[in-house]
Amino acid sequence: MKSLAELAAIRDKMKQNATIREDGEKAIRIVVGMATCGIAAGARPVLNAITAELAKENINHVTVAQTGCIGRCTLEPIIDVIVPGEEPVTYVHVTPDKIPKIISSHIVNDIPVIEYTVAAYDN
Amino acid sequence: MMEELSLNILDIAQNSISANAKLIEIDVFEKDVDNTLIIRVKDDGNGMSKEFLSEVENPFFTTRVTRKIGLGISFLKEAAEMTGGTFNIDSTLDVGTTITATFVKDSLSRQPIGDLTATIIALVTLNPQVDFIITYCVNDNNFIFNTKEVKTMLGDDTELNCPPIVTFFTEYVNEHILNLNGEGT
Repeated sequence: MKSLAELAAIRDKMKQNATIREDGEKAIRIVVGMATCGIAAGARPVLNAITAELAKENINHVTVAQTGCIGRCTLEPIIDVIVPGEEPVTYVHVTPDKIPKIISSHIVNDIPVIEYTVAAYDN
Repeated sequence: MMEELSLNILDIAQNSISANAKLIEIDVFEKDVDNTLIIRVKDDGNGMSKEFLSEVENPFFTTRVTRKIGLGISFLKEAAEMTGGTFNIDSTLDVGTTITATFVKDSLSRQPIGDLTATIIALVTLNPQVDFIITYCVNDNNFIFNTKEVKTMLGDDTELNCPPIVTFFTEYVNEHILNLNGEGT
């Protein structure tokens, strides 16, 4: 079984990589709605998909945070992608299978996935 | 209604976070001899006044303005009482709150625990500033995940919620939980 003793090796490996990737990368935030409505609608698997995808793609400049209920409970799970200097983009009815596209398009290539956004939903 | 008890745990712990808890202790105790499953969430957050406490189990009670609590409490209470179990909140203003839900383990109405690993990982990923001591006990065996211990091992300059660390935690916690349930390798 895995032991916490393995943490030291993971930390040291991260430190080696960190020196290479610090320059020029922006601190992007992904905010997940984690109120009762979000959790009941499936925010937990969405969050875990985000973390897994970031790890898989070796993306370390994204902070994942949580927020409460924003009043549109029927649209949960809701996530916001906030790129510094740009308008926040709100994705609604998010499911784990939408996460790889959101990460590769929006986070990596800076192109929001319009069809998943609240704007597309409201239209 | 939540589909899994572990989702209730995630939701209840959010109340502790909203109440500015620094340390949240979560216990899940399964005891076959007593036919019980006990969930306890204890925090050192703001706590609640007696007046607030008397209203808090009411599903139509809301603190929309301060957003301290919502349907979550009544979901967990309902889930416990539906099995013939009990539900209790102890709270002291400025000291903290302890929520205890006791389930009749073999009741047909008892929801499954579900993905406890996902709940633990969600809490730790989203709240690196809060400490968690999570104890999962099945009969005489237990698994304890203590973020204080983990932070000491990582040192001050490494964030608890970096993707590589979270990936490790997911595998680590999952393995230990499966092992407790006799499903490990």
